[in-house]
Amino acid sequence: MTLVPQTIDDAEVPLRVVVDLNRCQGYAQCCFAAPGVFDVRGHEILFYDPAPPRARRGEIERAVHACPVRAIRMQAEPGVTQ
Amino acid sequence: MSGVDTPGMIVVGASLAGLHGAEALRLNGYRGRITIVGDEPHRPYDRPPLSKHVLSGELAADATELPQRADLDARWMLGQAVIGLDRHAHTIGLADGAVLAYDKLLVTTGARARPWPVESGGTLGNIFTLRGRDDAARLRAALVAGPSRILIVGAGLIGCEAASCCRSLGLPVTLIDPNLTPLARSLGTWVGGVIADCLKDAGVTYRPNAQVLRFEGDATGRVVRAHLADEHVVEADLVIVALGAVRETGWLKAAGLMADASGLTCDAACRTLDADGAPCPDIYAAGDVARWPISLYGDRLISVEHWGNAVAQGGHAARNMLAPADDQRPYDHLPAFWSSQFGINIKAVGLSEGADTVAIVHGSRASRRFLAVYGREGRSISAVSFDQARWLPAYAEAIRIGGAFPPIRDASDQDRIVSGLPGFPPPRRVSGSQVSGSQVSGSHVSRSDEARHA
Repeated sequence: MTLVPQTIDDAEVPLRVVVDLNRCQGYAQCCFAAPGVFDVRGHEILFYDPAPPRARRGEIERAVHACPVRAIRMQAEPGVTQ
Repeated sequence: MSGVDTPGMIVVGASLAGLHGAEALRLNGYRGRITIVGDEPHRPYDRPPLSKHVLSGELAADATELPQRADLDARWMLGQAVIGLDRHAHTIGLADGAVLAYDKLLVTTGARARPWPVESGGTLGNIFTLRGRDDAARLRAALVAGPSRILIVGAGLIGCEAASCCRSLGLPVTLIDPNLTPLARSLGTWVGGVIADCLKDAGVTYRPNAQVLRFEGDATGRVVRAHLADEHVVEADLVIVALGAVRETGWLKAAGLMADASGLTCDAACRTLDADGAPCPDIYAAGDVARWPISLYGDRLISVEHWGNAVAQGGHAARNMLAPADDQRPYDHLPAFWSSQFGINIKAVGLSEGADTVAIVHGSRASRRFLAVYGREGRSISAVSFDQARWLPAYAEAIRIGGAFPPIRDASDQDRIVSGLPGFPPPRRVSGSQVSGSQVSGSHVSRSDEARHA
């Protein structure tokens, strides 16, 4: 019934990222920490990849911590039950 | 309530609000069983990208699954529609006949896109609505097929975001709305005029003050044109109906709660009300489906479809579900939404309904970079920024405390404050006010009946 992959160490399972864009103030620190995963377009539109590859985990963790308003949330472990 | 042998908590609606509610139960120390039931086969996903990057093809529709706590430890029942609630037996019924017992229930069933009426062409092929992940995937596939002209009905946030995406793909677009400018219900025509200019620059054919009466199909049942109230005809082989949303309360019809197509009524503590207006101590609601008295605006009953409300109210309801009856805290919320379209970042706070004045307090409409504040009887009630989001928190604070209008004067970059009439269309009366649009837009928009044509 569920479509979520179950295996934590499966390299194919993407990370899960969401940004609270009400909170985001466009400091763009995430874009420096994880270029490409986060990108500012135009004057202040933040584009981000909500399902980046696992290999970017370290960079995205830095982006999470670098965000001055703590607007980024990442899930690295599937943490699935049933 | 915390033992694993009790039925535990059921969250109906595997949504943003439902996920945040379930997570907040754990964050607040609940160790019992949590069951999350959803009618879609998907884990909770984020809607804002659907009308933007998914339509444009930058993201796959299945990329927007939301992060969740690793220790959520929920029982997921996905692809299962809930069809009934028996408050006295403390059970819900599923479409497959199963009956689930609960100790407490959190209703986060949200809303669905308002469909085009069947009798005026609603069943023709290539007519789409955009609300869920599957809607976005279907619409994206149809856009890839290269329609010769797209007609978008309704210039709320979803309609405008879709228009922006379709133009970025080089597809011809006609956008129809009953109002003078896009976003007229949410921002007024004075500010909406800026988006009208963007539409023009982007090559969208905008038809203001227009209504579609019916769609006509070809021999194969695919839409080919729209007939308008002014007797004009618009040729279009793909239609996006963006007329707001209807709350998912049909399953509560026989539940004896105060529920209708515009929401499930709650008290300030997110407890649902029964038909007599008494709060149900074990049934809470949050997110798009919930209609509650908002203290900041005189306890007006509203439902808010914004992303931020789903998150905050889901969490708040969960907190109260675990609290004793004498510690039910009121939900205090300042609505906020964002959208991006035509390269502009739009962010707003507060409810603009009833505004009698709007002022550009930073920037200018001509530059398409500005912050506008809406006032009512001398108080600041809402604000919107176009590519000037850095100012918004200061104005949000002023709105939260009911500050004077305009709240900030003599700022170093304020040349001159230009003000005017907001230009809101006359209100439509529905049962309870709705601040809606959709999380698809991130966002908001429109009262759910905003651009209703039919």
